[in-house]
Amino acid sequence: MMNSKPQEGLLSVRNLSKIFYSGIINREKTVGAKNVSFDLEPGKIISLIGESGSGKTTVGKLILKLLQPTEGEIYFRGQDITNLTSKKEKKRYYSKVQGVFQDPFSSFNSLFRVDRIFNMIFRIFMPEVGKSEQEDRILEAIREVNLTPDLLEKYPHQLSGGQLQRLLIARALLLDVDVLIADELISMLDASTRMGVLNLLLDICQEKGMAILFITHDLNLGYYLSDTTLIMYEGRLVERGGTRKIYENPVHPYTKMLFESVPGVEERWDRDEDFVPEEIDKIVREFYDNHEGQGFSEVEEAHHVLFSEQKID
Amino acid sequence: MAEKVLELKNLQAYYRHLKGDVKAVDGIDLTVNRGEIMGVAGESGCGKSTLAYTLINAPAHLKHMGGEAYLNGKEIMSMSSGEFRKLRLQNISLIPQYALDAFSPTKKIKTHIRDLVRQHGVSPNDEFMEKVKDRLKIVNLDPSVLSRYAMELSGGMKQRVIMTISSVLDPDFLIADEITSALDVTSQRFVANMLVNLRDKEIIGSAIFITHDLAIMYQIASRIMVMYAGHLAEVGPAEEIMHNPKHPYTEALISSLPRVGIQHTDTRLHGIEGTPPDLTEIGPGCRFRFRCSYRTDKCDETPRREQVGERHYTACWNYEQVGSDSNDEQ
Repeated sequence: MMNSKPQEGLLSVRNLSKIFYSGIINREKTVGAKNVSFDLEPGKIISLIGESGSGKTTVGKLILKLLQPTEGEIYFRGQDITNLTSKKEKKRYYSKVQGVFQDPFSSFNSLFRVDRIFNMIFRIFMPEVGKSEQEDRILEAIREVNLTPDLLEKYPHQLSGGQLQRLLIARALLLDVDVLIADELISMLDASTRMGVLNLLLDICQEKGMAILFITHDLNLGYYLSDTTLIMYEGRLVERGGTRKIYENPVHPYTKMLFESVPGVEERWDRDEDFVPEEIDKIVREFYDNHEGQGFSEVEEAHHVLFSEQKID
Repeated sequence: MAEKVLELKNLQAYYRHLKGDVKAVDGIDLTVNRGEIMGVAGESGCGKSTLAYTLINAPAHLKHMGGEAYLNGKEIMSMSSGEFRKLRLQNISLIPQYALDAFSPTKKIKTHIRDLVRQHGVSPNDEFMEKVKDRLKIVNLDPSVLSRYAMELSGGMKQRVIMTISSVLDPDFLIADEITSALDVTSQRFVANMLVNLRDKEIIGSAIFITHDLAIMYQIASRIMVMYAGHLAEVGPAEEIMHNPKHPYTEALISSLPRVGIQHTDTRLHGIEGTPPDLTEIGPGCRFRFRCSYRTDKCDETPRREQVGERHYTACWNYEQVGSDSNDEQ
């Protein structure tokens, strides 16, 4: 997948890094993301899997231009958008690339009725569209996410989490986005409502050719949804490849441990294995030491593994 | 016969509200034997946390409306709060949801532990603190965490400290409410296994493990109770519940779980249409009937509990149809 030139893909990320600095005198570095590269293609879903602190949200924020990368480039339809500064250019970018976040309750302004939120999209991104067409398109989007138009007259607190999450998707639909960054999209929803939201997203993805970067910590879900899987650990991409390949043949010790801890519904954990999460740091260091100089390399077709650490400058 | 640690008989607890009572726990029967880890599953608002609060006699606006609860043969619902206070931590102990965020930021971990046991009439002398250190070793924490502040510890470490504290006086019965929810996958596994270890080492007699995550529950629970809208839907051995559910709700819930090996291109998983009912206005009848694909006219009557296997009960009129043909459909 990385053979394609970034100028040709839909959204390409190349060697993206973000270092956070804290403190004034003793500047401390925290690696948010380091050397992350991948391509998003139309109609495809990539799941970005990692635990808290792995930098998965940072990558999402970098793509959404909520953070400025320290190094690396982001290409959208061949154009380098890493250093977008003008408001006009940003607006054009946001009309095609949008994010949906974990907590639907805090994603809406609680003082505004739902229809006002939708009208705002037209005011900001498509001021040329007439009033009646606006209404038609809003109704169409609402119907597409299996909601009824009477929700438009309600305030966010009158709606359930699943309904709000669907409205967020409807909002993205209205803009006809090419890329959706879904950060822990359904982790606030109950098991019975989750699948409705996900299947909706899958349908849209297939019909409209929308690409999704699905950021999650749920490995079962990642398998269900994605064509390609990225595993992040300590800000680095440690494994990247086709979902089936990675799940069937994990190579990096962190990926292996992650898969061993997944609670399955078919069989139970092996309780004899003494399992200590703290030890993974040591195991990963050893793995890097044993494979020094190999860097991020291919183990089979379209399956890359980080064998040794790149230096942080 | 196995020794009963906890027995609930038609337990009812409602939240008092001006608009009417919220019937959050409405007629629960349950027996937990010594050595069992009882999983309680259900969606948000189904009453699983309320059940936990009822059992430790808190908070004030939650009223016990009927039924009995026996802990080691002693009825605990009719106890005065003074009497109940003596039971807490020593006999029955609760780990509330989000407990790991409840540490005071200005106190060291050991101060928390000392304050707590003093309240329960145990003197935190050197001997006691040695015991605490031994307990911390069981959960793979260095005794030096005692001199640290909560903000210096990671989420998984805090949760392990919480579990140590809640079990420090060897309670017979531990209620663990969503102890794995705020944690990473790897820490989840460790914390869940720890609950089993505490049981194996007989530090706790038995436990209730409350979570909305059926997959984790299945890993450690001996039996599982599934609740829906304040009612008991199904209770039975973990293997039976996961692989041979006899209630439409359990069946739909389990079939909606994504699992490694199923991709959306091969099989589409389905959720459950609709939302749970409002618990203030709910009348008689099966509470799941509004979302149920097996619904018949009979469902307007509250279902009886039917025994469908060894220690396996379901509250559904049409349980015989469940699992017979619908699985092939999906």
